[in-house]
Amino acid sequence: MHLILFIIFAALCLTGAVNLLFQKQPINSALSLIVVMTSLAVLYLLLGAEFLAAAQVIVYAGAIMVLFTFVVMLLNAGREERTLGSSAYRTVGFPAVAAILAVIATGFMKLQGFGDAGIQDHITSTADLSTVLFTRLLLPFEVTSVLILVAILGSVALARKGDAEGREPR
Amino acid sequence: MHLSPEVPLVWYLLLSAVLFCLGVVGFLIKRNLITVFMSIELMLNAVNLSFVTFAHQWHDVKGQIFVFFVMVVAAAEAAVGLAIIIAVFRARATLAVDRIDLMKL
Repeated sequence: MHLILFIIFAALCLTGAVNLLFQKQPINSALSLIVVMTSLAVLYLLLGAEFLAAAQVIVYAGAIMVLFTFVVMLLNAGREERTLGSSAYRTVGFPAVAAILAVIATGFMKLQGFGDAGIQDHITSTADLSTVLFTRLLLPFEVTSVLILVAILGSVALARKGDAEGREPR
Repeated sequence: MHLSPEVPLVWYLLLSAVLFCLGVVGFLIKRNLITVFMSIELMLNAVNLSFVTFAHQWHDVKGQIFVFFVMVVAAAEAAVGLAIIIAVFRARATLAVDRIDLMKL
């Protein structure tokens, strides 16, 4: 069961990620990224992270991707123009990416003592997560709420109409 | 081939490595500012998957806490980044990264 679910959703994940690369329209890339994020939520659930699976759907596939699609529509982002640009990414970039993949993969393969994941072993409940979050890590938690507040103010300040001198918009 | 119904956790890690590299490739080859930004989100998600896998392996809740904080920071980053993209579009009227080259040597 676990194996079947893993294969289905890992394949969906990879298909979505590859589709993101090959789509020319930004809106299609955004939709395939939603597929990737939702199937990652299922993989989190398979790994027993139930709260993170819900948060992945709500925060990533919901909030962040709505923001992305909204900006794509707001800016009327059309077909991306394929320019030759610099050829540096072909000569240096792709070998570097292949090298990164090889290094990470061999590092992972060498890990000792890695077990298998069954379907119902070791589920981290939301209670376990929140106990740690609200006792030992309370200060970082509060600091991130300040970070969110600063991000809201910053994005409003950046995106509002008006010029660099801070004059009010007409 | 592993025929038991269980999945080796290394497969999850390899999936996250492949997703990360697809994100890097997207970052390099995409020519639209918004899609480049989406590739960064893809890389963040790939790293989150490996965090959850390690948390599962070592039965440690700290890995999941870390993913939680990554999600919060990614949300803040997406909001600020998209605001910057809107500001850039307003100034240059384009989203093509090749045309936004004021700071290029």
